[in-house]
Amino acid sequence: MMELWQSFVLGVHETMPWFDGAIATIVVILIKAMALIMPLLLTVAYFTYVERKVIGYMQLRIGPNRVGPKGWLQPIADALKLMTKEIIFPSKANIYLFLLAPILAIAPAIAVWAVIPFDEGIYITNLDVSLLYVLAIGSIGVYGIILAGWASNSKYPLLGALRSASLLVSYEIVIGFALVTVVMIAGSVNLNTIVADQQGGIINWYFIPLFPMMIIFFISALVETNRAPFDVVEGESEIVGGTHVEYSGMTFAVFFLAEYANMILMAVLAVVMFFGGWHSPFEGFGMLESVFAWVPGIIWLLLKSTFFMFLYLWVRATFPRFRYDQIMRLSWKVFLPITIVWIFVVALMTQLQIGPWFS
Amino acid sequence: MSSEQIIFYILSFWFIASSLAMIFARNAAKAVLFLVLSFFSAASIWILLEAEFLAITLILVYVGAVMVLFLFVIKMLNIDKSTLRAKFAGYLPLGLIVALIIIAEMTLVLGGAQFGLEVIPSPARHGADYSNITVLAMQLYTTYVYPFELAAVLLLIAIIAAITLVHKKESTHKKQNVSEQVNVRAKDRVRLVTITSPSKEKK
Repeated sequence: MMELWQSFVLGVHETMPWFDGAIATIVVILIKAMALIMPLLLTVAYFTYVERKVIGYMQLRIGPNRVGPKGWLQPIADALKLMTKEIIFPSKANIYLFLLAPILAIAPAIAVWAVIPFDEGIYITNLDVSLLYVLAIGSIGVYGIILAGWASNSKYPLLGALRSASLLVSYEIVIGFALVTVVMIAGSVNLNTIVADQQGGIINWYFIPLFPMMIIFFISALVETNRAPFDVVEGESEIVGGTHVEYSGMTFAVFFLAEYANMILMAVLAVVMFFGGWHSPFEGFGMLESVFAWVPGIIWLLLKSTFFMFLYLWVRATFPRFRYDQIMRLSWKVFLPITIVWIFVVALMTQLQIGPWFS
Repeated sequence: MSSEQIIFYILSFWFIASSLAMIFARNAAKAVLFLVLSFFSAASIWILLEAEFLAITLILVYVGAVMVLFLFVIKMLNIDKSTLRAKFAGYLPLGLIVALIIIAEMTLVLGGAQFGLEVIPSPARHGADYSNITVLAMQLYTTYVYPFELAAVLLLIAIIAAITLVHKKESTHKKQNVSEQVNVRAKDRVRLVTITSPSKEKK
């Protein structure tokens, strides 16, 4: 793979000598970004289809099955419908902020993917503080929701935005503390190093010493992405649709895209942090390792993240919505103490050099 | 002019322009957004100086948490602009004096005498394997560990002080007992009784 790329780069240099320096760098970065964004948006589109199908089967329905064979063209039809619909602006809305809100929601949701390692050496950029970058850029996404609520000049969006702001701020602290334990084991905030440190089969993955943190991270991820059972920001039965009551057509679709891109990101992040990223679970298992040696790392990463994405849907179809004050209590009085205690436990395990993780 | 200088001037322009726009904005929410933009520009300039950890922390702490709370407060307060503007001119002399003092202090402290190239030579560029965060952590947790811990304790005091200020006594406010709510069973809340219908009794 790498040799092929090298020869391709050399060929480009020979045929087009003027294509070099800053222009070449920018073009290469743009190509890489497109190679990431296009599959991401396609995944988002088909994730919505899978969601409707899976929840349909869980509730003993069939789900979408009319457009195309087995309903496979349903997401395309939905996208076309949203694109052709009229965008309605509320008459008393602040138009600039009203239009800025969806942009501020989608931009961070896509920008975060720049540092995610998909395989050994396959990433857009290898930032030394990539975990902090993910947290920092991820925290900007809340502006989209808050502004949407404020600029709509309508009461339900405002209530949704108030809920979302307090939820996101409190659960960011929990996620931060949960990920501190990962950083403590790996000794780095570079996602590449964190994944490389989990080499050596399923026993070396961090979810074993950090099992409670993994659970807390996943539950907090549900809150951060406004998913059921924590979707009080939308809360159809309480506040109609929360922040995007006033949004229609493409402006609504952009919020939708951002939410699903964030869900997929959180699934991939859980795999990178706790489930060995691109590593095969059978490393160091002799026979099994050689049987599965041909599988590229990116396939393992995608398979593991698919499981977490399925978990989102499973949880949504299973649990009723939490009450708002109970979510806040869960964050400040339950999760935060557990994470702080577990930081001490991890520090102790590091000092005693337990298992394959802390040596 | 090298490409780095061009980028620096673009970022500085954005920084100054967004800071000015923040001051002159009439709408409080827009002012907050311009402040966010100026934080971003400052962070970008820091990244240009190879201080990526500080830059990301600036975004994480100020943009991700502090400014969100600012927006939160602005949305909940119904700011009456007329009362704010009424006394504006009256504060002008005092404001001018404060501004002049700040400008004088800034020029004295941050001027060429302290930060010129003769006093502090321009820092050398580091290679790709240079880790800013490792160097910073080594300094913080070895040389400056006591000041660092003191700062942490100071923040803890601030947190406790803030909580004690707003914390009410048990008698003055109602409180939910969550374990009681969770342990509640149907028989505690609903009493089912069988009543024989009088119309049926007649027949």
